[in-house]
Amino acid sequence: MSAKNVLSLLSLSKRFGTTLANDQVTLDLKRGEILALLGENGAGKTTLMNMLFGHYLPDEGSILISNAEDKMVPLTPGHPQAALAAGIGMVHQHFTLAENLTALENITLGSEPLWALGTNKVKVREKIEKIIKRSGLKVDLNVAVGRLSVGEKQRVEILKALYRDAKILVLDEPTAVLTPQEADLLFKNIQAMTLDGLSVIFISHKLREVLEFSHRIVVLRNGKKVGEILTCDADEKIIANMMVGEDAKVLKRTKLKVGQSLLSLSAITLKGNSLRNSLSDISLVVHEHEVLGVAGVSGNGQSVLAELISGLSFPNLGEIKIGSNRIDKPSPMAMISAGIGRIPEDRHRDGIVGSMTVAENAILESLNDPRVQRFGFLRQEAMTDYAEKLCEAYDVRGPGVRFPARLLSGGNIQKLILARVFEKLPSLILANQPTRGLDLGAASDVERRLLDARNRGAGVILISEDLDEILRLSDRIMVMYSGELKEVSSRNREEIGMLMAGKNK
Amino acid sequence: MIRIEARNSPPMLLKVGVPIFAAFVSLLLAAIPLAFAGANIGTAFVEMVRGVFGSVFAFSEMLTRATPLIFTGLAAAVAFRARLWNIGAEGQLYLGAMAAVAVGTGVLDVSGIILIPVIIIIGCFAGAFGMAVPVILKTRFGADEVVTTLLLNFIVLILVQMMLEGPLKDPMGLGWPQSSPILDQGMLPVLLDRMRVHSGLIIGLILALVLQLLITRSVWGFKLRAVGENIAASRHAGIRINRSLLSVAVCSGGLAGLAGVSEVIGLKGYLTADISPGFGYTGIVVAMLAGLSPVGVVVAALFIASVFVGADSMSRAMGVSSYLADLVVSMSLLCVLIGGFFAHYRVAWVSAPAKVKK
Ligand SMILES: Nc1ncnc2c1ncn2[C@@H]1O[C@H](COP(=O)(O)OP(=O)(O)OP(=O)(O)O)[C@@H](O)[C@H]1O
Ligand SMILES: [Mg+2]
Repeated sequence: MSAKNVLSLLSLSKRFGTTLANDQVTLDLKRGEILALLGENGAGKTTLMNMLFGHYLPDEGSILISNAEDKMVPLTPGHPQAALAAGIGMVHQHFTLAENLTALENITLGSEPLWALGTNKVKVREKIEKIIKRSGLKVDLNVAVGRLSVGEKQRVEILKALYRDAKILVLDEPTAVLTPQEADLLFKNIQAMTLDGLSVIFISHKLREVLEFSHRIVVLRNGKKVGEILTCDADEKIIANMMVGEDAKVLKRTKLKVGQSLLSLSAITLKGNSLRNSLSDISLVVHEHEVLGVAGVSGNGQSVLAELISGLSFPNLGEIKIGSNRIDKPSPMAMISAGIGRIPEDRHRDGIVGSMTVAENAILESLNDPRVQRFGFLRQEAMTDYAEKLCEAYDVRGPGVRFPARLLSGGNIQKLILARVFEKLPSLILANQPTRGLDLGAASDVERRLLDARNRGAGVILISEDLDEILRLSDRIMVMYSGELKEVSSRNREEIGMLMAGKNK
Repeated sequence: MIRIEARNSPPMLLKVGVPIFAAFVSLLLAAIPLAFAGANIGTAFVEMVRGVFGSVFAFSEMLTRATPLIFTGLAAAVAFRARLWNIGAEGQLYLGAMAAVAVGTGVLDVSGIILIPVIIIIGCFAGAFGMAVPVILKTRFGADEVVTTLLLNFIVLILVQMMLEGPLKDPMGLGWPQSSPILDQGMLPVLLDRMRVHSGLIIGLILALVLQLLITRSVWGFKLRAVGENIAASRHAGIRINRSLLSVAVCSGGLAGLAGVSEVIGLKGYLTADISPGFGYTGIVVAMLAGLSPVGVVVAALFIASVFVGADSMSRAMGVSSYLADLVVSMSLLCVLIGGFFAHYRVAWVSAPAKVKK
């Protein structure tokens, strides 16, 4: 590709306390290029993009961006408004939409004054519809964003950036919450847009999409740029090597004889407020030494299933049994005391209390444990020690256990939750999208730990959209579609894929 | 260009320094209305300071004024930590006060060692009841506690007036709407001879320390903070939300009830319908000034009491309206809220981009 540069980051550095999150990172982006930014959790990808967008002020270095006359001019650092004006659009790792406003209002929020919306509505809508047509990012503009699926929300975020005439689009893990089909569609749309001259930087942990859709790959490790390669010269092995400095380990699942039943749901019906939140007459059973994979496109009832097993919802009909005990009053406490470890899907909402310290979050589910409390008082020293050991053992990286948990990078928050769950040696693990947002090494680490737990006798319910993950780990597979759960005997990708789409052969 | 960046965790110095600075700024701002009132600003401030520190008596009056504010401030701080918006400390204060006269005026004629603790406990219960009801309505029916606690204030006040005209009315009171006096042995001992400051202050100080310890160190405090910061994650982690909120409510209401008890058996000796000039509401300001820290509440209560007492005596000396005190208190709250912004965000002046060498 011989196109001109549209953006240069020149030796950017950023330090948070003692963490050097970015260390003299230099990077160019060409017009019409799709650049993939890779790296382990906490490598500094989000930080780098936040500096580009002006959320953080770089400690060192500068940013050049092409202006209307195609000249490279310096960008005011630390000023999102300047970044927006220069044509940088950013879609964050976590959604930043106002849930009670419509898609249309969200897209225009910030760029059009609210009172102008009434008078300009027709013009505004025309402009958005034109963008939708060009990009292929279809959404219903009149629906409140809170009612949209994650995939649709993602599209609204991108439309919002495009509406502001972004020339450079930054996507921080855009596909972490998307199904493979949605992700492919998103990238097809992005490819189409690059033909119009849009340049894209995206962060991802999914090598498949990186290899398929990017033109160039840049790898960060510990805040430093450690490699750069044209995608056509790369393969999974090379990239994995660049990222962690070693080959990814291959997992082996040996066949085991299953033991007693740990959890059984029989004929459970749960009427939620929408189809997405309902279960109709589902049954399942998990045994010792067994991983039960629940495959399916998200939004087909998986979240209610997870809530049910977490003790957060009540079934309208049916029976829950743990071991041979009937659970009449499910509650989170009842499930925890019955030895069920739960890894929630929405880690920010359900997994951590962001403003409390990492140490406090580490013991969030162990408040009665005599190791951390005595006579109703927390043993600060013991708590800190425990958390430090935990972070060490599970490779949770961050500023330290005495700092608020929200300062951890997305992947490290997940590792903290996993550590909390695994450390209690649960007899049953509910893992809802456990590797979402984790880097390769961390993801395979989680998979290994899930298998280890199974090998020592635990049962695992793995809810995942990643069919490969399901196939790798599961002893038995069930498919969830539209609130129903069906066991499949086949291990054929296509066949399971059909069932996930609701098509019975 | 100005840019605003969130601070990771505001440094301790800033957390403590900002409210103190804000308090000073609000005092300085008080000069403006003083100037409008045509007073000599210098003398006015001197009078204010003298009104608080001028004599042992003046100082003890300030402490007397601070005592109920410590209780109501603690009540607000505990509740707000759990994001439970108790606006009803005023009503709970009156419930506590009513309970104190109900048992303290002769129904129970026992020695002080028994009577005083009984009055205190019953007063706590009454206040706790006053906050438990709105919280049960909240957890059962989703009723917004801001509305219910606020409205309960008026209901309780009317109830007090009714009782003072009826069952609790002092038969010897010459028709005044006031209760019979508390038995002598039921009164809290005063701290200094011939002064009004009483041992309610000591109780308040001890409670502040205990609460500080509970909130930062105990499992109960841990749960309370977790529920306040992220209710979904707390529920997921098996914390019983309703139970936690109820315990916070009981604690908060009980503290507000104590404010009433301490006014009745520490200071007044009987109940009237104007025993509190809005201590319950001022407690909210105290708690906010204190950044919801129990120990901070003590400092904030002393500050606000100083402003009230100082402004009072200044207005008497100079003939300026004593509403000035209310003005300073509200301005201090505004200053702290604005100051809180600076504690949590860094505001920097960003120059145009530096020339890049090439
Ligand atoms: N505001 C902050 N204060 C302190 N430390 C921070 C802050 N933001 C990030 N960090 C630290 O900087 C490092 C880089 O974080 P960053 O969010 O850029 O990682 P990332 O590469 O995006 O990781 P992930 O793949 O997990 O999202 C981490 O160690 C993180 O804990
Ligand atoms: Mg990130």
